[in-house]
Amino acid sequence: MTPAGSLLIATSLHKTYGHTPALDGADFSIHPGEVVAVMGPSGSGKSTLLHCLAGIVKPDSGSVHYNGRELTAMSDTGRSGLRRGEFGFVFQFGQLVPELSCSENVALPLRLNGVKRKEAESRASAWMERLEVADVAHKRPGEVSGGQGQRVAVARSLVTGPRVLFADEPTGALDSLNGERVMELLTEAAREARTAVVLVTHEARVAAYSDREVVVRDGKARDMAGVR
Amino acid sequence: MSIGHTLLGLLEGGPRHGYDLKRAFDERFGHDRPLHYGQVYSTMSRLLKNGLVEVDGIEHGGGPERKRYAITDAGITDVEHWLIQPEKPEPYLQSVLYTKVVIALLTGRDAGDLLDVQRAEHLRLMRELTQRKRGGDLSDQLICDHALFHLEADLRWLELTAARLGQLAKAVRS
Amino acid sequence: MSGRDAPAEEPRSRVPIARWAADLAMGGRFAVTGGRESWARTIMTAVGVGLGVALLLLASSVPTMYQQHNERGDARSAFSFGVGVKPGPDTLRVTNGGTTYRDQDIGGILMAPDGKGTAPRPPGIDRIPATGEMWVSPALKDLLASDEGKLLRDRFPYRTIGVIGDSGLAGPAELTYYAGISQKAFGHVDSSYHIDHWGVDDKGKGEPLDPALLLLIIVGCVVLLLPVLIFIATAARFGGERRDRRLAALRLVGADIHMTRRIAAGESLFGALFGLAVGGGLFLLGRELVSGVDVWGISFFASDIVPSAPLALAIAAAVPASAVMVTLIALRGIAIEPLGVVRNAKPKRRRLWWRLLLPLLGMAMLLPLAGGFGAGSAGGDMKAYQAAAGAVLVLVGVTALLPWVVEAVVERFGGRGSVPWQLATRRLQLSSGTASRAVSGITVAVAGALALQMLFASVQADNTESTGQDPNRAQLMANVPVANGAEARDAFARYRATKGVRDLLGVTDDYVSDVRPSKEDPSSVPEEALTVADCPSLREVIRLTSCENGDVFLVDSQSYYGEGEGFAKPGAQVNLAYHDGGTPDLREKKLWTIPRSATQVKPRQDPTGGMRTGIFATPAAFDVADLPDPQAVAMIRLDQKVPDATEYVRNTSAALSPAMDVMRLSSTSQSDEFSAIRKALFIGATATLLLIGASMIVTTLEQLRERKRLLSVLVAFGTRRTTLSWSVLWQTAVPVVLGLALSVAGGLALGVMLLKMVGQPLAVDWSGLGTMTGIGGGVILLVTLVSLPPLWRMMRPEGLRTE
Repeated sequence: MTPAGSLLIATSLHKTYGHTPALDGADFSIHPGEVVAVMGPSGSGKSTLLHCLAGIVKPDSGSVHYNGRELTAMSDTGRSGLRRGEFGFVFQFGQLVPELSCSENVALPLRLNGVKRKEAESRASAWMERLEVADVAHKRPGEVSGGQGQRVAVARSLVTGPRVLFADEPTGALDSLNGERVMELLTEAAREARTAVVLVTHEARVAAYSDREVVVRDGKARDMAGVR
Repeated sequence: MSIGHTLLGLLEGGPRHGYDLKRAFDERFGHDRPLHYGQVYSTMSRLLKNGLVEVDGIEHGGGPERKRYAITDAGITDVEHWLIQPEKPEPYLQSVLYTKVVIALLTGRDAGDLLDVQRAEHLRLMRELTQRKRGGDLSDQLICDHALFHLEADLRWLELTAARLGQLAKAVRS
Repeated sequence: MSGRDAPAEEPRSRVPIARWAADLAMGGRFAVTGGRESWARTIMTAVGVGLGVALLLLASSVPTMYQQHNERGDARSAFSFGVGVKPGPDTLRVTNGGTTYRDQDIGGILMAPDGKGTAPRPPGIDRIPATGEMWVSPALKDLLASDEGKLLRDRFPYRTIGVIGDSGLAGPAELTYYAGISQKAFGHVDSSYHIDHWGVDDKGKGEPLDPALLLLIIVGCVVLLLPVLIFIATAARFGGERRDRRLAALRLVGADIHMTRRIAAGESLFGALFGLAVGGGLFLLGRELVSGVDVWGISFFASDIVPSAPLALAIAAAVPASAVMVTLIALRGIAIEPLGVVRNAKPKRRRLWWRLLLPLLGMAMLLPLAGGFGAGSAGGDMKAYQAAAGAVLVLVGVTALLPWVVEAVVERFGGRGSVPWQLATRRLQLSSGTASRAVSGITVAVAGALALQMLFASVQADNTESTGQDPNRAQLMANVPVANGAEARDAFARYRATKGVRDLLGVTDDYVSDVRPSKEDPSSVPEEALTVADCPSLREVIRLTSCENGDVFLVDSQSYYGEGEGFAKPGAQVNLAYHDGGTPDLREKKLWTIPRSATQVKPRQDPTGGMRTGIFATPAAFDVADLPDPQAVAMIRLDQKVPDATEYVRNTSAALSPAMDVMRLSSTSQSDEFSAIRKALFIGATATLLLIGASMIVTTLEQLRERKRLLSVLVAFGTRRTTLSWSVLWQTAVPVVLGLALSVAGGLALGVMLLKMVGQPLAVDWSGLGTMTGIGGGVILLVTLVSLPPLWRMMRPEGLRTE
């Protein structure tokens, strides 16, 4: 896979936490609308790769280009703004604000972007319908099932119309059926919106929803598309 | 097919007698089904015919005459090709894959590569099945799911094996 | 409790004491051995409880402190009320040598033995100072030695021969001295006594406290101690959520619900006991700090600060008991299941009726006392208890109302407003209890302080009298004891020459009598005052249209006081001769004739607020030296540009007479007692609010730590720091503002009741109200500011990593 036409490109990323190297020269690239699974054993550096790609964590060395911009050279404010506007996030658990209702949670990224409450909530409710969780809009996250909560989180991640969606073990806490439904809805919605998805997972059946996979082992990422 | 490749792989370590080959094979891969000597003999003659092995020498002693086989360059390429070619994902692949991993380890090749390639192949099929499942009706979905779960089990085995390669290499080379 | 573990469970009614002890001990062990987390929790609780305990111990020491302070003060008192002692060989002549330096009062006694015998020696010194010697207190010694005390040195023309020992001091920071002066020097002293021993004879109680003051003290104690109790209760809950999770883990390995409760109780008990120890330590430490601190001229020796034994015992028993109680009550609302902690998803709506009942009951107890708490009313003790109980009920009731109010108000916030506001209000909606608990201390403190402030404002207005003095005309006044008119003239000259004096109005006066006894009462002779002063000075005391040296004026005392015969008329003769005892001497009269030109004028209030009548003569008309026993009054205008002008004047006074002090003129005078209590209350309320602020910080930090992961997620999708910072601010501000509003309402209501009780007119102390709410706002800011750095630290993406 050549980086040409790629939306997000990372080259030779290095990141060390304390004395443990999490990334040791990892490369990555993704095209618009592409779903790429990042696989690998636990502790291999999958999540660190995702954090670097999303500009949450600054790599020790290496570069991350998004849409022609160098992420590693941007200020924290700049990267935060990027994350608010261009990126979306789904995590394994603990991501919904427990005090806010589900629809308020979905509307949150829009409101952080300065969208008016009415407008934010109507857009949120459209996305909740799309992810089949319109019926829990007024419940709190603590009052809905795991699958519903995760779909709320997906709705929240897509509500801003992000160019890249980062999903870190999005089905990790769900059973097969719920996990699959979440993956179906997520990939469908992302493909329709031409949103690129970086999908970190250790589950093959989840990775099967991707277009191609990248395996991270010992801090190095290997693009399996180039193997054959 | 795979017995031939296995024997070829065993020869890569150095020329051996036919009987040696059988013993080496049984030791490593023939726990439940030891190889008949006849099988070894016919396989070797096929390999000879295809130019993948050559006779290194003949030993005369008491008892039957014993040929010593050595692998040819063509044979090495053939083993290489075999190892790198992913198996078609299907049930009960583990003995083949295990054999391949051991041979790769014995011949000093990267067993991790082999497993990665195989994983990619499995995933490719899983992707196809997932795709088919999305378009299909309930019965399609159930059938696809069955295959997916089996493939997933194999894949997990692949992952686990990959994680234990170091351990296996030590055991094989000892 | 499910039926499954029933066989393993012992019958609940017969839990042996040993079981209890074992579970409690296990809890205690958890408090220390549960790793860093439980240590942190134990230490937080211990420090919190310790702070509260230290305050309680300090409060329980107050009676002893005052007793010790007053006993020593009495022991060295030279002014025993009783029969006047006649001078003898063993007596000591004393006079008050107190003075003021800048804003500090300096006590002092000047003394001279009357005879050759053994005069009584005051406590704390080895021998009576000889003439020209003095003993000084350690604090005064330091002051005199310091740069700050430079000016003061001139005021004491004595040689320091030693430092007064502790037994001669009421407190360590007291400024006082004993100086020896000559008998002759007493001639320049207004009043002096002879004593044959030191100390107050009547060791009995002083006057009974003014009921209004008693009420103030009762409510003051309630106001200051209730928040401390609330704080201790809050401290006992620090780290509760983690503890609950640990208990859940215990349930998983087989502990039943009762066991977990006992274990939790044990943990709290340990924390509280530890806190008691910490409190004891803090108290001892604080005692050393407090000693030597001088507040409003009162200081205490560390050895004075001893808690009263019964109170200390009560504290030692009540604190651990209440910690256990609080824990058990807190556990009531949640179910600790093996797989985790289940909080009652929808907590019961708080009920209003009993919360409203408390303050109403309190009001009902206070109402009958309206107007009945004035001085001299009967049944004082009962009424005091009733008043205290009523005040406590009102204050506690206001606190109990708070959670309901917070819940009711917060529920109305419908998720409108900015994102931080939404986050904060939604969080409050979900757990308004935690927020209200933290703020309830503020509510009590502010409500009580406000009520007291109101009481003060009115009592103070009552005690603040208009003095009639006019500081615009003169700032200082000195009564100069002079032996004759010539001395008075000299004294004025010396004041005029003093640095910082811009102008001086000097009047010298004496009494003159009629030449014959009164017609109505032949045993007495009518008298009039004769005041001698120059024209500018006279203008300040009588209304003059024109004045020239040589003029004489008359102010008819009859027209002013409506009595007397008014013998002082132009051309009349007056007698200047007096006996030693101060009665007119008509046998050897010394006569002076009032000039015929003397004109009748109207009196005018002088700068000290007094009205003078009688004969007013300019120096050319009457030689001041002819006055036999004159009094000189110097009214001094200061040059405001000269710093310490007052001190220069005081030094001049001290040189004129060792016992003379200078009065500062001001338009109002305030009872010291009240301003001291008012300050104490203010400081106490501030300390309480800070304490509450501390516990709010702990709670907020705890809450933030709990949501570390969530915070990281919020950061991941680009939430700004300011957004979360504002949400912390709002989260603190909403309950605090509600608490303040409620406490203002409650405080005003209580204040009105208190005012009615002591029969004072309604008055709201707006400045006090403003200060209190200001401090409340300060607490909000403080909590937010202190929470920000950890918040930002937790907002780092490291929190996303799953361990």
